[in-house]
Amino acid sequence: MAVMRSAVLAFALSGLLQLPMAGAQQPFITVASTTSTEQSGLFKHLLPVFEKKTGIRVRVVAQGTGQALDMGRRGDADVVFVHDRVAEEKFLAEGFGVQRFEVMYNDFVLVGPKSDPAKIAGGRNIIEAYKKIAAAAAPFASRGDKSGTHAAELRLWKMAGIDPQTGKGGWYRETGSGMGPTLNTASAMNAYAFTDRGTWLSFRNRGDLVVVVEGDRQLFNQYGIMLVNPAKHPHVKKDLGQAFVDWVISAEGQKVIADYKIGTDQLFFPNAKR
Amino acid sequence: MNSLGEAFTAAWRLIAGFDAELAQVVGLSLQVSLTAVVIATLIGLPVGAMIAVERFRGRQALIVLLNALMGLPPVVVGLLVYLLLSRAGPLGSLGILFTPTAMVIAQAILITPIIAALSRQTLEDAWREYDEQLRSLGARRITAGMTLIWDTRFSLLTIVLAGFGRAVAEVGAVMIVGGNIDGVTRVMTTAIALETSKGDLPLALGLGIVLLTLVIVLNALAAVIREMALRRYG
Repeated sequence: MAVMRSAVLAFALSGLLQLPMAGAQQPFITVASTTSTEQSGLFKHLLPVFEKKTGIRVRVVAQGTGQALDMGRRGDADVVFVHDRVAEEKFLAEGFGVQRFEVMYNDFVLVGPKSDPAKIAGGRNIIEAYKKIAAAAAPFASRGDKSGTHAAELRLWKMAGIDPQTGKGGWYRETGSGMGPTLNTASAMNAYAFTDRGTWLSFRNRGDLVVVVEGDRQLFNQYGIMLVNPAKHPHVKKDLGQAFVDWVISAEGQKVIADYKIGTDQLFFPNAKR
Repeated sequence: MNSLGEAFTAAWRLIAGFDAELAQVVGLSLQVSLTAVVIATLIGLPVGAMIAVERFRGRQALIVLLNALMGLPPVVVGLLVYLLLSRAGPLGSLGILFTPTAMVIAQAILITPIIAALSRQTLEDAWREYDEQLRSLGARRITAGMTLIWDTRFSLLTIVLAGFGRAVAEVGAVMIVGGNIDGVTRVMTTAIALETSKGDLPLALGLGIVLLTLVIVLNALAAVIREMALRRYG
């Protein structure tokens, strides 16, 4: 017993001592990014190439865009890689970012049940589709988490002249969680949901859900990248972080992004201005 | 539900295939939670023993508080530790946010009250039984406390296992302070949450089965040790 206990103790303590050292031998940066880039598998495809070239390890913390930007504001990330231009420009204006670079885009799609209670399948006009959903009071699952996707969804409701909060408790259901969990919810209750295409393509638990509206210009989804301002947070790994930003928008980084496919579908379309 | 069948198939494939990535995630889960439970025991057990044998003002209030803290929501602990360790927080200069160390701290905070409160109860019950005996031997309170801990060691082991179970099963705290970073702070529970997010429910449940299997093995090990010790010490 005593032997066992001290053995466990020794194991645990040696573990604790090693913990802070884990990965310390290799330089790394912390990137605050979104669930869409992580869960679509892009980072698993992109980061090893960067690491191999530079020896810099990239640690990704994936959250909604709002949370990711807050992580940058608190100085807990070196780089933010998100998709909500309005929020990103606010972040810049507050002085938390150095400079914003556009990286790539994909698009949002509206998914919904095959039964299509709002009769909008096959449409290309997202605003019209929103109006019909509200009119039919068809179930709609929203992120409700201040993410980039949530912000885009809310802008579209506004353009449709509808306040979805009036449907709260009824047809409009805020899950307050990530894209995946929201799609799980939508799939379980046959609701419409607004999602980025990347997450949708890699999502497995679709149930009866299919894409009902796509191809509207309003559904454009731009991703941007910024180094967190070292003037605000002196501990930011300026050189390593900038190396990552530079590589992502370089010809090589852009090509690696373009090469990422699920099946035959390309998920992200690089459009950095160089 | 054929996805349940798929989950068991996935679990079996994960265990039989011995995936290096999975082994690393499992290893980190064990490392973090075992370290947390050792720290929590080193703090919680003496605190529990002290409250069990000492009489002081505010003791009852402290007991109520400890018992209440057993219900600490992991996500609240996670948030608290996050705000402390964040660069903008008071301990930000340590730079240990999003490391396994931060996860150990959060889990230790989560389970110390459990170990303290439960061991307090166990030791106090034993104290009532042996009170006079120990007193007649002229044992000082600290000696009495040590004797009680030794006498109830098997009940205490169960308490420590309960603490470990809570630590290894929680996701709220480690998700926030660890960040679920691939290869650095990803543990079993955050991996399960991630696969659920991706809609790969069979894989998520499969990982859950692996975690459960692991906890069963650990508990069986503890039971065997207990049996062996019982036989040796009578």
